[in-house]
Amino acid sequence: MSIQTILLTLVALLLFSYFLGRKRSLRSVKKGRGGDKLHSRPAYYGYMVALWAGIPAVIVLLLWTMFQSQIVTSLTVAGLPETMQAESQGGHGLVINEIMNLADSGMVAEKSDPTLKAAAEHYLRLRGISHQAIAVLALVAAVIGMLLGLRMVRPDTRARNVVERAIVWTMLGCAAIAILTTVGIVLSVLFESLRFFHAVPITDFLFGLTWSPQTALRADQVGSSGAFGAVPLFAGTMLISAIALAVAVPLGLMSAIYLSDYASPMMRAITKPVLEVLAGIPTVVYGFFAALTVAPFIRQAGEALGLDVASESALAAGLVMGIMLIPFISSLSDDALSAVPRAMRDGSLGLGATRSETIRKVLIPAALPGIVGGILLAASRAIGETMIVVMAAGLSANLTINPLEAVTTVTVQIVTLLTGDQEFDSPKTLAAFALGLGLFVITLLLNIVALKVIRRYREQYE
Amino acid sequence: MTDVLPTMPGLPTGETVVDDTPPMTETREEFDVEIKGTVGAPFVDDPKMSARHSNVFYGEKQAIFDVSLDIGRNEIIAMIGPSGCGKSTFLRTLNRMNDTIPICRVEGEHCLDGEDIYAPDQDPVLLRARVGMVFQKPNPFPKSIYDNVAYGPRLHGLARTRAELDEIVEKSLVRAGLFNEVKDDLHKPGTGLSGGQQQRLCIARAIAVDPEVILMDEPTSALDPIATATIEELMDELKSRYTIAVVTHSMQQAARVSQRTAYFHMGKLVEVNPTNQVFTTPQHQLTENYITGRFG
Repeated sequence: MSIQTILLTLVALLLFSYFLGRKRSLRSVKKGRGGDKLHSRPAYYGYMVALWAGIPAVIVLLLWTMFQSQIVTSLTVAGLPETMQAESQGGHGLVINEIMNLADSGMVAEKSDPTLKAAAEHYLRLRGISHQAIAVLALVAAVIGMLLGLRMVRPDTRARNVVERAIVWTMLGCAAIAILTTVGIVLSVLFESLRFFHAVPITDFLFGLTWSPQTALRADQVGSSGAFGAVPLFAGTMLISAIALAVAVPLGLMSAIYLSDYASPMMRAITKPVLEVLAGIPTVVYGFFAALTVAPFIRQAGEALGLDVASESALAAGLVMGIMLIPFISSLSDDALSAVPRAMRDGSLGLGATRSETIRKVLIPAALPGIVGGILLAASRAIGETMIVVMAAGLSANLTINPLEAVTTVTVQIVTLLTGDQEFDSPKTLAAFALGLGLFVITLLLNIVALKVIRRYREQYE
Repeated sequence: MTDVLPTMPGLPTGETVVDDTPPMTETREEFDVEIKGTVGAPFVDDPKMSARHSNVFYGEKQAIFDVSLDIGRNEIIAMIGPSGCGKSTFLRTLNRMNDTIPICRVEGEHCLDGEDIYAPDQDPVLLRARVGMVFQKPNPFPKSIYDNVAYGPRLHGLARTRAELDEIVEKSLVRAGLFNEVKDDLHKPGTGLSGGQQQRLCIARAIAVDPEVILMDEPTSALDPIATATIEELMDELKSRYTIAVVTHSMQQAARVSQRTAYFHMGKLVEVNPTNQVFTTPQHQLTENYITGRFG
């Protein structure tokens, strides 16, 4: 039985138990077992029985998906001759891989070892049995659960509260998945970074001023010494993000103020969606806009002024990224400003304040948490943005604060380190994880600082 | 609304209706007595503010019909009437707060000390400093108590030094009867005060800019009876210094604090008379219906 069939059958069973539970609850009232009035509405008894049927089955299925491949493989290995068992333990599962390949390719490799062939057949058979077993187990679990659930249907059973609790647990589970995933990502990045720091001292990485991630394939290779100083990368990231925010924050905030307080409803109805379209443009498109339109323009403008501008400059990337970030800031700030109660505006206007005084002194302080939230989101986007920088800012790791030169960023280097065929145990590739960890720490710090700022300056309104 | 109570003279139980929506006119056919102009005495000698043939529209809909009314110096005039009768709208025309509503249009002549406040050369921002406003729901800014009161003086540059500002803040809080309660907490947030204290803070904030007229739009409808009584006493003290127009849903409040009462009905000004006369011998059938609790 395939997994789809099992799931479909389960769903059918759940529906069946819902109706059964519902019906039984209605009947139990008529018979007057334990009272003449249901505690909850009949549908809740249905849900309760369905939960009783569904939860054991789901648990069985989860356990199975977690352990089946391990169990089947170890059984297959146990079926192998002694010599091969030893080999399979020493040879990093090479034999097992071979067996699995044989099994999946449908036994076409005629030349292969007959013992392996036999093992592959054994493996296939075991997998078949495991599939059958799980179907039976899951359905049996469901049916037993359903029967238990049905026994609980009495008029005085608080089915509604049971369902409520199940919903709470479900939501907790959803929240837990998000948190666990984050923890998983952090841990994986952390461990790979630790491997990198075994190869390259952490001080070299944090304080080194040159970035040239070359490692030798052979000991006698020319240029075998790699330099993994991350300072130029982080400096480049900061430079471009700063330019982007310097563009996006004033433009975004001003347009938010215009939209929330000055624009006529017509104007707002047109402008707001158009601004939000900016957020929907793929960053690749921004990237070639930056590389093909903005960068040459800046270069020409610079030449006209007698400045030496690189054809790939931090300024071009930062400007375009700033445009990209406008909708984040304007949309969130607009929402925050519009959410300030009308009574605040009236109160200020009623004291003889002009509109802009009202905005500066009352609305912005009151909307500050939302505005800072928008800026923070934009900053995180700017730090993590890759495509625009790849295309418009170049790859050379210059340590500079001159926005007219080419710089590179952390994300761009991660991309270049990991694209193409790479071995995942050289310092060169592991450096990507260390860079990733660095980015993560920076955004985390940014969040903490912003939270503090909000708490300090927040002006709460009721 | 047609619950027919036994008609008795005197004051029926007032009610507190929280009404946030822009006032609209409603049709009440049972009491559709024709309103032929205003009865009573809408005009006084040497008025502080005056309105002549005031018409206010929200888009296509007319909310105020040809209202003419004077507000005398240092008096409290109460404006009563059923929900949506236009009394709040009329109040807001007096300091051009209606200008902030894009679809609102005002016609007629409205004067402060004989000057047309809707004249092209009038600055509504400065007008609102002269004609202050206290709103239905206490709306202190999310700032400290001090900054709330200092907001207006700072805007208009009323204090040159910190000491002067301190003095204005203290004087305003004293006049609003709040100083003793908050003198040690001036730098705590104004939103942390109780509802009644917040409303007195809003009054202090309004008088800090030294207005000539204070408009109060149902200033106690969100407050409990004790806080209401405090505010009413305060209004009585304030009238020696300011001219006050108060919109209220509570007829007892109108009777307690005001010298004149104006009764609005469906956007029209039905009757204006000295308060005790309105509540004892109303001149118009509609006024009588309202104050005896036939509707409202």
